[in-house]
Amino acid sequence: MSKIRVVHYINQFFAGIGGEEKADIKPEVRDGIVGPGAALNMTFKDEAEIVATVICGDSYFNENIEEAKSNILEMVKKYKPDLFVAGPAFNAGRYGVACGAITKAIQEELNIPAVTAMYIENPGADMFKKDVYIIETKNSAASMRTAAPALAKFALKLARNEEIKSPGEDGYIPRGIRKNIFREERGSKRAVDMLIKKLKGEAFITEYPMPEFDNVEPGKAVKDLSKIKLAVLTSGGIVPKGNPDRIESSSASKYGKYDIEGVMDLTEETYETAHGGYDPVYANEDADRVLPVDVLRDLEKEGVIGELHKYFYTTTGNGTSVGNAKKFAAEYAKELVADGVEAVILTST
Amino acid sequence: MVKEIERTGIPVVHMCTVVPISLTVGANRIVPTIAIPHPLGNPALEKEDEKKLRRKLVEKALKALQTEVDGQRVFED
Repeated sequence: MSKIRVVHYINQFFAGIGGEEKADIKPEVRDGIVGPGAALNMTFKDEAEIVATVICGDSYFNENIEEAKSNILEMVKKYKPDLFVAGPAFNAGRYGVACGAITKAIQEELNIPAVTAMYIENPGADMFKKDVYIIETKNSAASMRTAAPALAKFALKLARNEEIKSPGEDGYIPRGIRKNIFREERGSKRAVDMLIKKLKGEAFITEYPMPEFDNVEPGKAVKDLSKIKLAVLTSGGIVPKGNPDRIESSSASKYGKYDIEGVMDLTEETYETAHGGYDPVYANEDADRVLPVDVLRDLEKEGVIGELHKYFYTTTGNGTSVGNAKKFAAEYAKELVADGVEAVILTST
Repeated sequence: MVKEIERTGIPVVHMCTVVPISLTVGANRIVPTIAIPHPLGNPALEKEDEKKLRRKLVEKALKALQTEVDGQRVFED
């Protein structure tokens, strides 16, 4: 069998051209190995061979992304590689972004297996982990000795079209992909085993890590409700009948803002839920069961609360990323402040 | 979402059924509700009684908004 042909991408620094002062060099290609390619080649042994190395300045790439990408694609194409490897970029931000962007472009436009490697907090990791495999490295080039073999080993797997295992097993940064698999032991047994380990103080690996959350100082208590404007919000997906903005039933990419001026009661004919994560029958019958507009109107009439804000904000909370939820709320929180809202009820299903 | 709003200084009360999630995400004022598909209602009740139940829950939320807290607090009965 002939050797797997590899094209390698590195920046000006690893090519030995120079540091920041040379970061604006345009892409160029050289036959064979340059710089860290030697370390990759040691793991490739006789199976694969770096036939060319593309070098580009980090600043040039990031300031001229489209141009850099299309030039590099042309250079790579000429070598007819079976595999493309970029980096490792460690914690070098622009290098990481360049590695991620070019790996993605090669994979998508040339249909060649491609992989890169960097430190998990490299901004390139967050930007491209969903699109491409990124082997996790430590944060400095001092770890090249472990990073290069890990990257090369994974690259060979990819080129041989072998099954890629979980991020933990194969050393890449989790891509947020869920895969259904069969396990030898059923969930209940695995859960109890984990619990026992936890009780014993032993190490265990969760099958569903929770995202990290930070806490916020509580808002001051309201002194006199009868003088303030109160807004009601929900993650339960209540929308006007027909879901006019087509808010997704899960993993929402947007939120809705709806005028309820003069609306005294949410009825089966006027409102429904767009949420796909719970049985919608009860909310569709009477959306007040999720968004208590009827009761709030009564309380407004009786003067218990000063005023119900004329808009409610809504989204579907199931599978919606923390990032999106944060972004939505940061946007409408500003509007709430601008509209003089002084207290909020948020309901969740 | 609770936190992004509360960051602005506006007090938020989170009315939800799965209190542990609310505690994990970091809501400060939490009022437990009836059930996931109908947090503020109970279809087994007559319409009128159901509305009374909803009113009681909302009043509890209003009380929570008027209560000073210095961390997370679940407003049980």
